[in-house]
Amino acid sequence: MKELMLTNHAVARGAYEAGVRVLSAYPGTPSTEIAESFVKYDGVYAEWAPNEKVALEVAVGASVAGARAMACMKHVGVNVAADPLFTSAYTGVNGGLVIVVADDPGMHSSQNEQDSRFYARSAHVMMLEPSDAQEAKDFTKLAFELSEKYDTPVFIRLTTRVAHSRSLVELCDREDVKLRPYEKSITKYTMMPASAILRHQVVEERDIELANMVNTLDINKVERSRRGNKIGVVCSGVVYQYVKEALPDASIFKVGTVYPLPIKAIEKFATTVQQLYVIEELEPYIENQLKKAGIKCKGKEIFSLQGELSVLKILEKFNRSVPVPVAAKVPGRPPVMCAGCPHRGVFYVLGKLKLTVNGDIGCYTLGAVAPLSAVDTVLCMGASIGMAHGFKKATKGVSHNIAVIGDSTFIHSGITGLINAVYNESGITLVILDNSTTGMTGHQNHPATGKNLKGEKAPAVLLDEICRACGVKEIEIVDAYDLKAVESAVKKGIESPNVSVIIAQRPCVLLNKGPKPVMKVDECRNCGKCMKLGCPAISRSGSGVTIDPNQCTGCGVCAEVCPFGAIKEGVRE
Amino acid sequence: MNILIAGVGGQGTLLASKVLGRYAVLCGKDCKLSEVHGMSQRGGSVTTHVRIGDKVHSPVIWAGAADVILAFEVLEAARVKHFLRPGGILLVNDVKVLPMPVITGAAKYPEGLKEDMLEEINGAFFIPAASIAAEAGDARSANVVMLGAMCRLFGFDKEKMMQAVTDCVPEKFAETNLKAFALGYEKVK
Repeated sequence: MKELMLTNHAVARGAYEAGVRVLSAYPGTPSTEIAESFVKYDGVYAEWAPNEKVALEVAVGASVAGARAMACMKHVGVNVAADPLFTSAYTGVNGGLVIVVADDPGMHSSQNEQDSRFYARSAHVMMLEPSDAQEAKDFTKLAFELSEKYDTPVFIRLTTRVAHSRSLVELCDREDVKLRPYEKSITKYTMMPASAILRHQVVEERDIELANMVNTLDINKVERSRRGNKIGVVCSGVVYQYVKEALPDASIFKVGTVYPLPIKAIEKFATTVQQLYVIEELEPYIENQLKKAGIKCKGKEIFSLQGELSVLKILEKFNRSVPVPVAAKVPGRPPVMCAGCPHRGVFYVLGKLKLTVNGDIGCYTLGAVAPLSAVDTVLCMGASIGMAHGFKKATKGVSHNIAVIGDSTFIHSGITGLINAVYNESGITLVILDNSTTGMTGHQNHPATGKNLKGEKAPAVLLDEICRACGVKEIEIVDAYDLKAVESAVKKGIESPNVSVIIAQRPCVLLNKGPKPVMKVDECRNCGKCMKLGCPAISRSGSGVTIDPNQCTGCGVCAEVCPFGAIKEGVRE
Repeated sequence: MNILIAGVGGQGTLLASKVLGRYAVLCGKDCKLSEVHGMSQRGGSVTTHVRIGDKVHSPVIWAGAADVILAFEVLEAARVKHFLRPGGILLVNDVKVLPMPVITGAAKYPEGLKEDMLEEINGAFFIPAASIAAEAGDARSANVVMLGAMCRLFGFDKEKMMQAVTDCVPEKFAETNLKAFALGYEKVK
């Protein structure tokens, strides 16, 4: 029987069946489950790396050493990994090397909707795009074959609707792939000008060879409609699935290799239809290449550059008569910090002190949401520290700002920013919100948690020791639930002319599955101060506030902000 | 068949979709599920999509195309009701969870949502799934109560659905969940 599998799990299964020995990744929605799933197979090695650059370097190292290897990341992770990416296209591989990148059109859980297909093109790295779980598994296996045959890294590109959908998959056994012998080759693996100049030629020759080959590769295929030849559509990934449902009268060119594109094959297809359309999410990536090749087509003059496509959007654009129901206007339900989240109290204090907060990427980005409204800037992983430094330098040190970063993000790319602040003497204050996990992506371990991807005990790097080694002299560790301690440490840090770090510790409240205390309200004067915390467990009516015992975790932060002592720890019934 | 499951992050929409997916597999049907992970899960609106048929392409359901909506909260039902096809069934867990803009006073929880939906949609059913689940032994299994109710309304194979529930929940919670399923099945008419 076929198995209903999450596409990310199918990618992991494909890697397993392809004999992959080493996988390295940094968690990022919608890619996280690949590593989590792969590590469960016997006889493989998989790890959380501190960031995507390291993950790719690990995979390249394993490949050069002779193993089939994989690195996985979300789209913005490729920005971090771009440095090894571009040059790994020059070195090529020994064991097959596959990089999985998961884009997020519509930004379900991302800070931008960049189109990673351009990375494939500009780095000259082949890219395959599956459209469901079965294809994800098949394409992953094919990617390893192509990688070894053509001596190149190969991308697998997913988007949220592919990565996070489940469909049926036929399982196979693991291939017994031997470790290839490593042979020293300065001209292939040592990229300095003399050898890189030669490798660049190899890259160009490979590009030409691949561009020819893909025209006959069977994952680039034509599906003819029996209802005439009026409409031809070029598409890939999940959009193919939408087109199949929306336009049964269209003949489809399903692109499996988005880089290089099978231009010749598409050109031939174009001559068989009256009007050619390119339907793709995000940028006119395919469309522009077709137009450059002189193939007439319509694309982004009809479809938006933004957000996701859907069956309905395609029906609308093709004027198919469908009644389009209108959504009711009801209050939104934005994501919020959980009841008992240790970040809440810290943002309350920062708001109270009217600080400009340079924030970062993680659950704590939600500190920007009302009523806390405490975060001013969010850019990319690790940017809080560099930006706080920039604020100080721009204002000759008078800006009333503070940097806030999570533990996992600090390890990912905050450390270099901190070294810069010490070295270039900006005297910033940094709060590390240490909840002992990578929260937003669903609780992944990282180098400071003391556990590895498997959940086994691992050496833990200590955040305060890292800060000390970066040259920070003023370091304070506080309990994130102790608002007095947080406030006093922040004030001290802000007043100090030196770089200071406050590590606000408390494990993510969702990690604690045990029985929890509960807060009770007695003689509430309805001043509304606790409402400023934005705790989903607290609500207010005319007679005062009430605390929902089903949501309350007894963190006690509300009791700390209540000026009348009306909230106390109670007994859970 | 298109089933849209809507709720608030943490209400178990994902488990409900997995059970329905498993049911499809047990029935030998093609099936696709679409889920949302990451930021939206943190107490925000979430939807998961279940599509079952001989051959399914799109993993997501579009407005006007859902045969069933399982809504785990009243406001979330109102938010997605335009996904329902004419003649479709809207099955709602009759509870209110206040969103943050309502808690802070920036917005009001609309009045009369339930009455409006009952009037507008012939196939609208409201069931007290949370209290039925509490009766079964765990208020958190309201999602499985809803599945029980849906199973009856649509004449799904009860045995196969119960098998799917058993396959999808941790062993130690199987009994409570099967009880929740049975109560949901019995209480809807």
